[in-house]
Parts: sequence; C-alpha cells; structure tokens
Amino acid sequence: MDPLYISRFAIASSAGIGAGAMLEALRSRRTGLAACDFETAVLDTWVGQVPNQALAPLPAGCERFDCRNNRIAHLALVQDGFDQSVRAARDRYGADRIGVFLGTSTSGILQTELAYRRRAADGSLPDDFLYGTTHNNFSLAWFLQSSLGLTGPAAVISTACSSSAKAFANAARMISAGLCDAAVVGGVDSLCLTTLYGFGSLGLLSAGPCRPFDAERDGISIGEGGAFLLLEKTASGDAIRLLGVGESSDAYHMSSPHPEGLGAQLAMRAALASADMTPQDIDYINLHGTGTRANDETEGKAISAVFGDDVACSSTKGWTGHTLGACGAIEAVICLLAIRHGFLPGSANTRKLDPSIRLRYLVQNENLAAQLVMSNAFGFGGTNCSLVLGS
Amino acid sequence: MRAWIESAGIAGPGLPGWDTARAVLASESAYPGGDLVLPKLDLLPAVERRRTGALVKLALAAGQDALAHKAGGIAFLPSVFASSGGDGEVINEICITLAGNDRQVSPTRFHNSVHNAPAGYWSIATGTRAPSTSLSAFDWSFAAGLVEAATQVVTGYDCVLLITADVPYPQPLLGVRKVKLPFGSALLLAANRTERSLGAVDITIAGRSAQTRMPEPLLEQLREDNPSARGLPLFAALAARKATTVVLDYVGEKSLVVEVSPC
Repeated sequence: MDPLYISRFAIASSAGIGAGAMLEALRSRRTGLAACDFETAVLDTWVGQVPNQALAPLPAGCERFDCRNNRIAHLALVQDGFDQSVRAARDRYGADRIGVFLGTSTSGILQTELAYRRRAADGSLPDDFLYGTTHNNFSLAWFLQSSLGLTGPAAVISTACSSSAKAFANAARMISAGLCDAAVVGGVDSLCLTTLYGFGSLGLLSAGPCRPFDAERDGISIGEGGAFLLLEKTASGDAIRLLGVGESSDAYHMSSPHPEGLGAQLAMRAALASADMTPQDIDYINLHGTGTRANDETEGKAISAVFGDDVACSSTKGWTGHTLGACGAIEAVICLLAIRHGFLPGSANTRKLDPSIRLRYLVQNENLAAQLVMSNAFGFGGTNCSLVLGS
Repeated sequence: MRAWIESAGIAGPGLPGWDTARAVLASESAYPGGDLVLPKLDLLPAVERRRTGALVKLALAAGQDALAHKAGGIAFLPSVFASSGGDGEVINEICITLAGNDRQVSPTRFHNSVHNAPAGYWSIATGTRAPSTSLSAFDWSFAAGLVEAATQVVTGYDCVLLITADVPYPQPLLGVRKVKLPFGSALLLAANRTERSLGAVDITIAGRSAQTRMPEPLLEQLREDNPSARGLPLFAALAARKATTVVLDYVGEKSLVVEVSPC
C-alpha cells in the first residue's frame, strides 16, 4: 500500500487520558486496572474503567449523542488538540474530503441496558431514550462527523475486537480509491453489562488483573477507552506512517481462535506483504495478548510460525485492560508512543512466562528505538487484523 | 468508481431468491408480499446452524443465493457485511436478562450479539479465510456497504461479495427503531466484465438529492421498513435490464448516485 502519514493522534484510557499521561503510565508501569466497581455489576473481576468524573457531557449541539461511549469518544477527541487539528485539516481539504472510519464492538448499548430498566407498564422504552444516536453502531461516527463538521465518507466497523484495527484498512482503501484525502480513524468501546456478563458467561474473565502470556493466566480484564488518528497522504515533519495492513478470517469457530493461529498468521503475512517487508524488518510486535488461555497460546504459535522466536513482543492489555473494539486504535497509539520515545513497553502482571510459548516476550520495558512495529488485533467470529507502523 | 455485478442474491418476504425477485422487480409479475421463506442453508454444518440467530440465517441465505448464480469456486472471496444494528432479537433478549435480577447471559446469545456474527458464520460455512469486514451506517448501511465493496474492487480485489441484512426488531426496540420486515440481499462485485455480468455500476458521492423509490407500493413499504432494503431500487434496475440512475441516501447528508448499465 501507499504509506499514510499519521499526523496527529489522541488517546483516553483507564491508564492515561492524553498522550502524556499514557506515556507516563507505560514508563512508570502504572496500570489502569482495578477491582470491578462498574455500575451495578456484581462480578469477581477487574476492569480498566475511565473515571466517571472525567466523562463530561457532550458539547452543545451534540446532546442527542449523549451516552457513555460518546462521552469517552469526546474525552479522547479533545486530548492534545486533536479536534482542533482535524478542524484545521477540514479547512485545508474541505469537509467532504475527510473520511471517518471508526471501530466499536458494543457502541452505546449501555444506554439501552439502562432504558430497559425504565420500561413503562406497557413495556415501552422511555421517551428520552434515543436509540439511533446512542446505541446504534454508527452513532460513534455520526457523533464525530457532527462534532467536527465533517461530511465525507464514513462507516463504523464492528468486527468485535478487531474493529478499530480494521478501520485503518477501510480508511486506506477509501483514500487509495480517491474518495477522500484524509481520514479520522480510531475506535471507542465502553464498559457495559453486556460485555461484562457476556464474557463472564463464557468463563473468559480473569478473577484478578489480567496476566497476558503468564503460565497462570486466567482470562481478560475488560477495559474501556478510545483513540483517534488522523491519516493523510502527505505530511510535514516527523510523522510516523501506516505502512501496511493485513486482514483475514479464521473459518474455524465463533468464539475460539484457530488452534494453530492460521488466520492470525495470514493477517500478519498480509500486513508484511502490504508494507513490502519481511519478518526480519519488524523490531517489535504489540500482541493482541488478551490473557485468555487460548488466545495467547495460539497467537504465540502464530508469531513463532511467521517470525521465529527472536522478535521482541508484548501485550499492553495489563495496563489498559482489553478495550475490545477500541484496542486496535489504542494499541496503535501505544506503538506510536513507543517509536517516538524510543522504548518498548513491557507487560503488566506477567510474573511467570508460559514455558510452552517460546517468544521474546517483554516483561520489563526496554530502551530500544524501534523503527518498524506490528500491532495485532483479533476478534470473535475469527476476524484478524495486523498493522505495520513505522518512522 | 466502477464495478461489474457478477451476480445477485435476495432473501425477503415473498422474494425467495434472485430468480423470483428478478421477475417481480422487473414488473413482469406482481409482488405478492408474504412471509419470508428461507432456503435450506446447505453451506453451514447442522451443529453450527442450530446455534445461529435470524440475522445470520438471513444473511447467509442471501449470500448463498448470489453464489448459486456465480460460476466457479470461492477459494478466495473477500466479503463486506452491512447491517444497521445487528440482530435486534438477540439484543432484546440480552437487555431483558440484564434488566432482571438473574443476569445469566447465554454464551451462544452473547457471541451471536456481535455485529460480525454473520461474517463469522459465513467464513465457517464457506471455509474462506479471505478478509471480511462488517460495518454499520444506520439507515445508510446498504449504501455504505456498497461504497466499501466497490472500493475494495477498485483497489485490488478481483471479486468482493457484499451482503446486507436486517431482521425485524421486537418490541420494545421496535418502538425506537423501525425495522419491521426481514430483508437480506447480496451482490457479487467484480473488477472485470465476464459473460455472466448483469451490468456495471458507476458510483459517485454527491450532494443530497431525492432518493429513488419503488413504484410498487408494497415494495416501497419494504424499502422503507428495513435499512437493508434501501438497495431495492438498484436490484430493480439490474432486473429491468435498462440503463438507470439510482439515487440512494448516504451518510453526511450526501447521496450515492449509481449509474446502472446492464449488459
């Protein structure tokens, strides 16, 4: 693919709100995870929750989009002047020429969960509940378009936990096809009872903070957050670039990865081919690394098959939690921070590496200036996506 | 953007497949309305078929119908799935459970709640590991899916399967989201013309203008009552085999202008 410049980015997660805070959390190894105290959930698990007091109401004119998911979107959007940069780009390119391609898995479903508790005697939902602009998947892109004054092509990609990684692929295609000159890509997911109790029903929630690639890992810690990136065909300065995207499907099972990670291998190889690179070119891989028994085992096999056992890699979900549809964008931003600041983030909570997985898995931070990195995101339904980012 | 339509598939009330729909849409026969009758989903193993919800069955039926009209195999067939909001029945059941005292969500229901459930089952059913994306654009999901599929064709894939499907929302969701009838459709888009091509579509994004409606009242009702059925005028143009301009509402207060040139 033709490289795209990532001229600006923004992030909000439980580990840090804003690029500086996120960087500091990774540097000082401070996790955003805590015992679950979300809403009325009664579950023996930990979550990465963005503090409620950080979630301000949406700006005037955007009231109809108000829900936890879009409040997190807004929080991320205003970090580090990202929203102002997009408005400046809008003035440069024209509102029609900037696309919006975002990922989410559950969007504002919490709003519907809460509305169901307020059903009238006849079963109807309350009048103040607005489904289309809060719960519907498109709500996220609709809110961003409205808030930023953008009228270019847009879609919300919802492929479970690969959603916002795949949004990069949609944006790259749209720019390549000439439908837009730049795109806001990213993703947001927010805590809700559907995912907490849903993953609980599958026995995939860790009882404590998740421990990716640990011999005694026992599941995920659900997180919430959002990240946005501005992709452009040209840029000045030292912008890091999106160099490759690879996508694949497992054709195996709805909620379990292929045992040999075949789909993951295909996505990683496709991303390398798209970037015109070999495995040896990659300095670091930010793993999907959810902390479930199956994910880490199969991803480990897939990495070994494609890269051998020498490439530095880690999962950063111990810091942010598994932000589901947002993790592709959040971890892309973590990769940008790592490249820009010359370090590789180690894993949180990983005490004893799983001896059956032979990877150069980073438990501690390393001071190594990575030039080229890969970021993996895999999801339910056997959907896989890998990104190649580099300076 | 130009793409060739290699084949089409339909699954809707009184429209059990493209062969029937083609005659109805070309006004060679009256639209009878009626119930949705799904074909047997030969593609999916029985054990998987039992676990699927209504949306998955509908999407797979439309996809299967389009592939039945296509020559050759499907070893590498990228796909685009578009739906306004996934399976309303599943969302309703989960929200009822979560609003009660016993919050035991069914694991099968939970994995069927992901927006890409049809894509996941499609991949399992067809054995294809090709890339697949699942998107939503509310009322404009069909148009957004068409743009995405056409984009994939003009940026490198030979063939891309677009499947759009939405199933009726139960109460109380129906009160806040008007999806009243089931409708699924599929288009196999190709970069090149073949002897089987139904026609070419040239797609441009333009300022909002009046969308194309269906002249037949019941079909217009169907178009309005299901976001995936907003593509019906495009299928009608392909069925009628005459050059037509179809206008579809698109995101950002825009329209998609689709010039249909039959082969």
